[in-house]
Amino acid sequence: MTRRLRVDPIACAGRRLCAEILPELITLDDWGFPIIRAGDVPGPLLADAQEAVRTCPKLALWLEERS
Amino acid sequence: MRPYDETTGRPASVSTRPAGQLPRLLPAGFAAGPASLAGHVRRYGPAPSPILDWPRRKALIDEVERSGLTGRGGAAFPTARKLSAVAARRAPVVVANGTEGEPASAKDKILLARSPHLVLDGAVLAAAITGASRAEIVVHPSVREIIDQAVAERRWAGIDQVPLHVVTGADRFVGGEASAVVHWIGKGVPTPTRTPPRLSERGLGGKPTLVQNVETLAHLALIARYGTSWFRSVGTAAEPGSMLVTVLGAVNEPCVHEIAIGTPVGEVLRLAGGASAPLGALLLGGYFGSWADAAAAAPLPFSAAGLAPLGAGIGAGLIAALPADACGLAETARVVRYLADESAGQCGPCLFGLDAIAGEIQRLADGRTSSLATLRRWLSQVDGRGACHHPDGAVRMIRSALTVFAPELERHARGWCCATRKQTVLPVPPRRPR
Repeated sequence: MTRRLRVDPIACAGRRLCAEILPELITLDDWGFPIIRAGDVPGPLLADAQEAVRTCPKLALWLEERS
Repeated sequence: MRPYDETTGRPASVSTRPAGQLPRLLPAGFAAGPASLAGHVRRYGPAPSPILDWPRRKALIDEVERSGLTGRGGAAFPTARKLSAVAARRAPVVVANGTEGEPASAKDKILLARSPHLVLDGAVLAAAITGASRAEIVVHPSVREIIDQAVAERRWAGIDQVPLHVVTGADRFVGGEASAVVHWIGKGVPTPTRTPPRLSERGLGGKPTLVQNVETLAHLALIARYGTSWFRSVGTAAEPGSMLVTVLGAVNEPCVHEIAIGTPVGEVLRLAGGASAPLGALLLGGYFGSWADAAAAAPLPFSAAGLAPLGAGIGAGLIAALPADACGLAETARVVRYLADESAGQCGPCLFGLDAIAGEIQRLADGRTSSLATLRRWLSQVDGRGACHHPDGAVRMIRSALTVFAPELERHARGWCCATRKQTVLPVPPRRPR
């Protein structure tokens, strides 16, 4: 099973914590909203990805499980 | 006696119908006013049977699949796939989407105004196929009375198995997006909602919901009557059937026409009385569509496959003709400002990004200091980043403008503009206070 980071753009308020925690996969656009790199979350980054999901104050970020 | 064909659910009495004849959906000639229920039944025969048992519902879904009918609201999603996704679930709801928020498009309004019963037949049929207990009919305010009248007529005649509930659509561009329509009916808020869940899983009032464009439903009503081979007798093998097209701009008779999919673009312009001035470019598909050079597009078939070489598509069936003496950049800037203002304001990239993009294009069009590199970066940052496809559609249209009007871009950068026409071409409603 693989996991993919997803963001709910309606819930997201551009608080930017996710990009602080996981700069490898999350960059910010010119207005401070997260751009998530395409593809599955690599194993070594999974813990950071989970931390980013937990930290999001708007609960806008989640890990989608794909089989 | 079996009034209906067991396998297809089609009325056995109406077996054949001249193939390849247009129009199918709109009245032939210039009949005044909407078709009455009696006139509708005279023309098309009685509505297909109420389908209750699963084998017959399944048979009709299969028939729709063979017909190759796709959504006529702009996304061209296979109708059979939507029908079966909702039919597989419990207690669904059907929504006929006639919101038509696109200011340049008129085809849904014309269809509802001229052939209301065909759309209502389709909505009732979609409810029967999916097992829905009611259908919501969402229409543009300009045709609300006609639809109310038609629904009342049907209630008197007692022909429908499910109640039809008429709702006036929201007066917003994004109000026609499927999840926004559901949000509007359910909560009175015309903004898209997040996915997941899909509408087919959880939509109106938490129920599985089928949202179909009104033209799609009208085609469905005819496929149920006359079958697949009749439907496929016009159009192309990959994109069968007919479609409604709004033609506007520099043509002699701006109007809505029904064409076989794949009719050459130049032929569609001739249906609208031909160009009223030498043409420069065409906006194909709608405000989410693409600009194309008029001469390059004219010989191409108006179909997804036919327009693909130009990077364009049929969208919601719209052709806007831009005369050669009008400024494509100025027209694009006006439309983009409108689209930015019409953002539901829920997603950051759309709310801030489209606004920034609209400003940059306006500066480009005005010949003020602007940066194409910045504009292109913003376009790629906004593309695909909303909960709905509003930003993507705007980006698509802008990218095509940058290609088609590239020579004009150069001139504008040096403070020139070749346009001599002062009147605007594309209709954009006045800005509303935010």
